[in-house]
Amino acid sequence: MLEEIEMREIDEDRARCHNTRAGMIEALKIVQRRRGWISDDVLYELSAHLGVPPGELDSVATFYNLIFRKPVGRHRILICDSVTCWVMGEEDLKRRLSEKLGIAPGETTRDGRFTLVPNACLGVCDRAPAIMIDDDLHTGLTPAQLDAILGRYE
Amino acid sequence: MAIIYIENKPYQAPEGKNLLNACLSLGFNIPYFCWHPALGSVGACRQCAVKKYRDESDTRGQIVMSCMEQVAGGLRISIDDPEVREFRASIIEWLMANHPHDCPVCDEGGECHLQDMTVMAGHAYRRYRFKKRTYANQELGPFINHEMNRCIQCYRCVRFYRDYAGGRDLEVFSAHDHVYFGRHDHGTLESEFSGNLAEVCPTGVFTDKTLKKHYTRKWDLQSAASVCVHCGLGCNTLVAERYGSVRRILSRYNGAVNGYFLCDRGRFGYEFLSSAKRIRRAAKRNSASGAMEPADKKIILRSIKEIIAGGRVIGIGSPRASVESNFALRRLVGPDNFYSGMSAAEEELTALSIRIMKSGCASFPSLRETEKADAVFVLGEDVTNTAPMLALALRQSVKNRAAASLKKNRIPEWDNGSLCVIKDEEPGPLFVASLLPTRLDDAATRIFRGSPTQIARLGQAVAHAVNENLPAVSGLEQAVAKLAEEIARELTEASAPLVVSGAGCLSGPVMEAAANIAAALAAVNPRAGLFLALPESNSFGLGLLSGKPLDQAFQRAEKGEVRAAIILENDLYRRSEKKRVDRFREQCRHVIVLDFIDTATAAKAEIILPTAPFAEADGTLVNNEGRGQRFYRVMDPEEDCRPGWRMLAEIMEYAGIGDAGQWTTIDDIIAGLCAEEPELQGMREIAPPAEFRIYGQRVPRQPHRYSGRTAMKAHEDIHEHKPALDFDSPLTFSMEGFRSGPPPSLIPFYWSAGWNSVHALNKFQAEIGGPLRGGDPGIRMVGSSHKNFEYFKPAPVTPTPGGREYLLVPYFRIFGSEELSVLSPSIAGRIPGNLLLMNESDAKRIGAGNGSLVRVAVADAGASLAVKIDPGIPEGVAGYPAGMPGVEFMNLPAWGAITEGG
Amino acid sequence: MAERPLTGDIRPGEGPPRLTEYERRGGYAALKKALKQMDPAGVAEEVKRSGLRGRGGAGFPTGAKWSFVPMGTDAPEPKYLVANGDEMEPGTFKDRYLLEGNPHQLIEGMIIAAFAIQASVAFIFIREEYREACAALTRALAEAFAAGYLGGNILGSGFNLDMKLHVSAGRYMCGEETGLINALEGRRAVPRWKPPYPQTAGLWGKPTVVNNIETLCCVPHIVLKGAEYFKGLSRTGEGGTKLYGVSGKVKNPGCWELPMGTSIREILEEHAGGMMGGFKLKGLLPGGASTDFLLEEHLDVNMDFESVAKAGSRMGTGTIIVLDDRTCPVGFIHNLQKFFSRESCGWCTPCREGLAWVEKTLAAIEEGRGTREDIGILEFHVRLLAPGRTFCALAPGAMEPLGSGLKFFRDDFDRHISAPSCPWR
Ligand SMILES: Cc1cc2nc3c(=O)[nH]c(=O)nc-3n(C[C@H](O)[C@H](O)[C@H](O)COP(=O)(O)O)c2cc1C
Ligand code: SF4
Ligand code: FES
Repeated sequence: MLEEIEMREIDEDRARCHNTRAGMIEALKIVQRRRGWISDDVLYELSAHLGVPPGELDSVATFYNLIFRKPVGRHRILICDSVTCWVMGEEDLKRRLSEKLGIAPGETTRDGRFTLVPNACLGVCDRAPAIMIDDDLHTGLTPAQLDAILGRYE
Repeated sequence: MAIIYIENKPYQAPEGKNLLNACLSLGFNIPYFCWHPALGSVGACRQCAVKKYRDESDTRGQIVMSCMEQVAGGLRISIDDPEVREFRASIIEWLMANHPHDCPVCDEGGECHLQDMTVMAGHAYRRYRFKKRTYANQELGPFINHEMNRCIQCYRCVRFYRDYAGGRDLEVFSAHDHVYFGRHDHGTLESEFSGNLAEVCPTGVFTDKTLKKHYTRKWDLQSAASVCVHCGLGCNTLVAERYGSVRRILSRYNGAVNGYFLCDRGRFGYEFLSSAKRIRRAAKRNSASGAMEPADKKIILRSIKEIIAGGRVIGIGSPRASVESNFALRRLVGPDNFYSGMSAAEEELTALSIRIMKSGCASFPSLRETEKADAVFVLGEDVTNTAPMLALALRQSVKNRAAASLKKNRIPEWDNGSLCVIKDEEPGPLFVASLLPTRLDDAATRIFRGSPTQIARLGQAVAHAVNENLPAVSGLEQAVAKLAEEIARELTEASAPLVVSGAGCLSGPVMEAAANIAAALAAVNPRAGLFLALPESNSFGLGLLSGKPLDQAFQRAEKGEVRAAIILENDLYRRSEKKRVDRFREQCRHVIVLDFIDTATAAKAEIILPTAPFAEADGTLVNNEGRGQRFYRVMDPEEDCRPGWRMLAEIMEYAGIGDAGQWTTIDDIIAGLCAEEPELQGMREIAPPAEFRIYGQRVPRQPHRYSGRTAMKAHEDIHEHKPALDFDSPLTFSMEGFRSGPPPSLIPFYWSAGWNSVHALNKFQAEIGGPLRGGDPGIRMVGSSHKNFEYFKPAPVTPTPGGREYLLVPYFRIFGSEELSVLSPSIAGRIPGNLLLMNESDAKRIGAGNGSLVRVAVADAGASLAVKIDPGIPEGVAGYPAGMPGVEFMNLPAWGAITEGG
Repeated sequence: MAERPLTGDIRPGEGPPRLTEYERRGGYAALKKALKQMDPAGVAEEVKRSGLRGRGGAGFPTGAKWSFVPMGTDAPEPKYLVANGDEMEPGTFKDRYLLEGNPHQLIEGMIIAAFAIQASVAFIFIREEYREACAALTRALAEAFAAGYLGGNILGSGFNLDMKLHVSAGRYMCGEETGLINALEGRRAVPRWKPPYPQTAGLWGKPTVVNNIETLCCVPHIVLKGAEYFKGLSRTGEGGTKLYGVSGKVKNPGCWELPMGTSIREILEEHAGGMMGGFKLKGLLPGGASTDFLLEEHLDVNMDFESVAKAGSRMGTGTIIVLDDRTCPVGFIHNLQKFFSRESCGWCTPCREGLAWVEKTLAAIEEGRGTREDIGILEFHVRLLAPGRTFCALAPGAMEPLGSGLKFFRDDFDRHISAPSCPWR
């Protein structure tokens, strides 16, 4: 069920938008911020709330990289796999992360703690390689530093 | 016209058109996918590339997409340049990277635009060596099959379904090389126009599920030109047959009527042809046992002769029977004894509509012309459910304002990407006044909901606001008066205003109000149009034959003046109250029914003669705009079936009536008709006579690749069967004959060298998207040049009865309200159920909720129905499912009582 | 040290200047000058004279772009201004620096630009991963509204401007200006056909100017100190300073504001500190992932639009990505193509299908499954995915590093195929 507070936030944003369509992406994000991802149920509810058919909403949701239509863990690890990070050791980082978490890129750990998402350039190429866990950037990483960093996210 | 240069040779092309269209119209072959003449250009597939040169001295040129280029004087292009040819071939190679190449098992094989374009682009050898992507398919309901792996991402499906037809449940999902076209989830496609996906999709993703049930390759289908029998608009169809059964219907292009498309009722209704309810044998009631028994036709004809000899015979015609059949019946019984067989309301409204059209009070646009209207007011008609393709046309009309504003920015109307951006920003005015919620409401600027009287009053108020010399409507609520002002303003300011009405709310005053508005507008703007929908495929044609109302037949029977009635292709239980029809039956000693469907009326007949439905007969239907159109049989009727007119001619011959013995071909009947009805002279011009030949040859119904004909009947007889002969038209039931360039009304299928798909149509049009070469088929039978219109006086307001009465209004459903299509299994799957629509508070008042059974009673009829609560329904009004299977006829709108409990 | 008008006030680690601090250092003086002493045409003219070229990658003259916007009383309304802060091009991190470091500078530049084209609504479009920039902008916008720099009747001039922040849901195509417009409208960010250009029919069909963040940050300085001043900042004919960046195996990767036209050698050696120990330069992409490789022999090329073009590449965003000798060039290019093919929007055939094919082919070569024919396949794509043949510039951009890579590192490709394996693994 959509929560009161979500609906309020959505409606406030929508009021500032040119039309309902223009508020669709933000509405998806508002919901995702609290739930981590957009389930079918939530999509239907959002569709009813906005008065937009579910297909129209999903057509947009599935287009964008950072709207998740599959469950994600409590923490979302975006690992930059673009060129500078790759040069600076991204593959080692990713391998280490995969080993440590026991998941392949794109998967979520069994305990629902982490989801590993390969991501386009994070725009910190001068401090490569980089990952972003939730809202925090971690840059200039070596595989060895990962343990300590992951430990900070329950 | 501008001069453009193609391979350095000058050609004339219309300035401003898109180059692809111009080149195709000139006869050049350029492959394309995302472009469609009705959907415009978006430049997505990059298939239509040509080389464009700056000037004569430019030898390098630049590759451009022809669908996105505008024709302008001096434009120089090359289609043949090796570099651009390589590019076009490469586009196919890319599309083929993930295409499964499953042509042998694909329903589209043999009529696939992708196959044609592959050959045209010259791509043969695929170098892609990696795994192909695959998708899951969806279950999309009874009409359309989904096979996503074949998709080439041309985006046409969503552009048709969503942007053109207003559907909201087909979308594109995901991105990059994983885009997916389908619904959000499995489920029946909601749009009434979903069947067009099968023609719009260039490959085998969306295909006709009804064809799949008895699949045949296009080249093995025998086809003929036909006209849809499922509503009054007269859309043109191509009917295709194999082994004596119709396999599918395709849209037959008519630049003045349906253009490229069809509605789902028209496309999938054909399955009634193989329904178990078909009558195929002559039968007679055993007077001892009372049971119907098949009998030899000769014996039956003898009985009929005797009955006729007994005198006091009347004939009851039908709005679903051809002009020829109705006329033959009239000839058989004599004009004084000929009754039209329409319900009282349909009779009255048809006559009114013809009268209005003859008066010349406004211009009467064709269906296709309504797309060009730039302000529309619909009075009382739920067009999606009564005249579906009109809804599709009106959906185009609301884009004209945006198109005009693009034009100001010098953006051509075919730039569909730009149009889609602003079409919702500047929607054109569309006002819908209806009894109940309609499917067009989502596109409407404003909606008015009321009783027929209220709609008529609003209409008269609009007419007054357009021309203040017309009487004002007294006692109008302020909101309604304001609305009338607004509607009048929009219509007056428009360059091509359109008023739409029809028989949909079964109210004369509503149609009269519509005529008044159109006339008031036309007095100052000759482009002001009026479009009046009529319910059945030949309502108009029957109206022209001046039959008498059914009621009068009943009255005559009441007085004992009817000994025998011959009923032609008509179920009287759909036309009048059950009680009255039952009485009529009792009062007639003999009832002879000619029909192809076993109806409630046929069930009570003494004699049944099987007629041939459209696929097995030739004839003429006159659509709501008075356009007479010929349909041709695609196969000879089987067993005892004969076209209605031929069966009637046989009776006349047997009974020795008139000169009917001379009526051997349809041309003979038409000649007889024209002699009696000078007004219908146009009938002669509709189609070429049977002896018409091209270079001495007939036109074949079978394509030149038709296979297996020597073996088709090998299970019956080892010898090849002689093809049936056709004395009624220049067509043959074979592959032999002259196949290129038959007159438009005769075209049995579209094919041209290199063009096996529906796009072969390009080669039959004078200009792509314009009229067919030789003119669009059909002749308008009613001229409206003379102007002798007198404004209708507003009808007096009838007082509302007191007490617990509800206004029962009819509602129609595209799937459910039409007699024949409901017998089609695919359509049967879409019939919503017989529900009485009510407002929540009204339902509460009688203690009913969703699904509770209630009893409805009006003067002469009653029914038990389940309630459906619909918030869009005004208080005090209830929607009655008119014409739905198992629902009794009621003369609506009428005041009636609704009580709880069946 | 040379002047650094755009970044001089940025103190990394300290957070961006708040409004009062920004004003204290002379912020919003340019806006006041524009609103009080100049008219829209005057502002546009000044920008045109400054020679400012768009910093989003294509280098289109900003003054010229603005001049296509219909002006006057019968111009369509409303008009829109959009700041493009999508910055998803791999190897590019200059706009982030400006957004995080000095959001008011952008806002001021936007108000002036909006005034010049008489836009009444402005959007800042930034990507979701830029959390810090997002927070900084949100705060700065609130401050600017509160101080009356935004909203109705700005500084009593009668000019109104609403400004909104739009945080993207992520796609490279959102950076392409028409894709961006679709994204702002809540649609799939596929590109739109031009013409009509956004300047005449953009957001919701109304006149719209899309400018890069850095471009807009130049505007206050041009207006305040004049076109001549701005021109004088440059070492070449193209006005202003430029944010250059270097990433890869260099000693001191980073982003610096330098005079336009600074040579690649100076950027690499003086600012980035030269190659890391043990690494040699093999090639470089001068301005982001969608530019052609340059080699050691090009080090003395001046980094401006014209000079880099003459050397056979594009300055693009001006952020250099270094390819060193211990990194496999095939792997490097494969990584780029993986990005492009994943980010293709799926609208046009050559890009959607072609890039995926290229990516798979490169993966095969890199993994030792390559064949001789594969080189032909790659060359075929480079030749056919040319500008004008695809719907937008994404695929042609992707072909730049591939085409030049095939030219310069052909031996390395061949070695992968004959081995067959990656010699660097
Ligand atoms: C695929 C693609 C991605 C782009 N991404 C960006 C971007 O992230 N930021 C940007 O400013 N311009 C980007 N551009 C360029 C924009 O389309 C546009 O030219 C630019 O924002 C205009 O600003 P300017 O005139 O100030 O340079 C991109 C172009 C393409 C084709
Ligand atoms: S499903 Fe058919 S119509 Fe739709 S994009 Fe694919 S090929 Fe085109
Ligand atoms: S038909 Fe022209 S690009 Fe598709």
